[in-house]
Amino acid sequence: MNNLEFSLLVGLCSLVAGFLGALTGLGGGVVLVPLLTVFFHVDIRYAIGASLVSVIATSSGAAAAYIKEGFTNIRIGMFLEIATTLGALLGAYVALMVPTPAIAVIFGAVLLYSAYLSGRPQPVVPVDDHPDPLATRLRMNGTYPSLDGPRSYYVHRVPTGFSLMFGAGALSGLLGIGSGAVKVLAMDQAMKIPFKVSTTTSNLMIGVTAAASAGVYMRRGYVDPTLAMPVMLGVLAGSLVGTRVLARTRTRWLRLVFSVVIVLLGLEMLYKGIGGTI
Amino acid sequence: MTRAEWTDRRVEIIVGNLLRAGVILSALVVLAGGIVFLVRHGMEPANYRVFRGEPSELRHVRGIFRGIVALHSRAVIQLGLLLLIATPIARVALALFGFAEEKDRMYMTFTGMVLIILLYSLLGSA
Repeated sequence: MNNLEFSLLVGLCSLVAGFLGALTGLGGGVVLVPLLTVFFHVDIRYAIGASLVSVIATSSGAAAAYIKEGFTNIRIGMFLEIATTLGALLGAYVALMVPTPAIAVIFGAVLLYSAYLSGRPQPVVPVDDHPDPLATRLRMNGTYPSLDGPRSYYVHRVPTGFSLMFGAGALSGLLGIGSGAVKVLAMDQAMKIPFKVSTTTSNLMIGVTAAASAGVYMRRGYVDPTLAMPVMLGVLAGSLVGTRVLARTRTRWLRLVFSVVIVLLGLEMLYKGIGGTI
Repeated sequence: MTRAEWTDRRVEIIVGNLLRAGVILSALVVLAGGIVFLVRHGMEPANYRVFRGEPSELRHVRGIFRGIVALHSRAVIQLGLLLLIATPIARVALALFGFAEEKDRMYMTFTGMVLIILLYSLLGSA
């Protein structure tokens, strides 16, 4: 394959990944690395570098629209970003030392787990109207727009959320993914932040988290410009279109298909990682 | 709305515009560099199978600028990616100003920590 064919094909696949990722809410980043390594035989380190960069693009591109709606909580985001960026630095440095088959195995496990999370019915988190002293001192409680005017909410279990976020950041830095699933888990279920506030704030944090590890990857020569070019442009275009279409489609069926793809890619990564052929 | 909430909201809107501008600008730079690269090297075989690590010209801010002066298309793409990485960092820097305007010492400290971690990652010596 020459450079032109390679760029067009990778760009097209990234476009589809970005589109489906935005439509299903699962994020395109999670399928990019397996796609590049399994089908295009790209070294996993280059694949992670390219994926990280495209994660920054999609997160920042979507954030502008989310912020306008007024659901994002800048304080919760900033406080938790201390945890995610530290985790991301750790993850990036670990990625430099761990052999690539081990990264593939961890990647496979994360893919299977995120497919499981998306397939499971969402547990209903009971509303807790008692303010939490630590969250209050950190001024995290806020309001979000609803049909009957601004509605206030209280944030809970800050230390648990903070630790989970450190883990999310480490995974992001190690694997070059946004790990939005873990971030939403921490904010929804541990900290009991309303769904719309946690998804939009988490999206805002993904860009900052990915930037923290992308710097390390670039300095170590893991970011190849000509590989990252079609990946980043494709995913960005796909996710922008996906967000537009989102309002008009029923995504249940699509989520199922995308989850099956994620499971298959996860098994393939596990197989290659354990066999040491990656 | 209290004054703090109003400032929060205003900063958030500026942040949103900054993020959008950063992404558009970096995508355009990447696209321009990519077109030049494909025109020059499109027919050469693609190979990303073997990890070699990028040359130092594509690893550091200074090297990237040297490459651009030499009109290397790969350096132009890398500049676009650098702009992309800088976009969330600029967002954090802007938030620092927002919190300073509110005289919110606590969140100035938190934001400063995040900013130091990000700058260390991008410019650190290791």
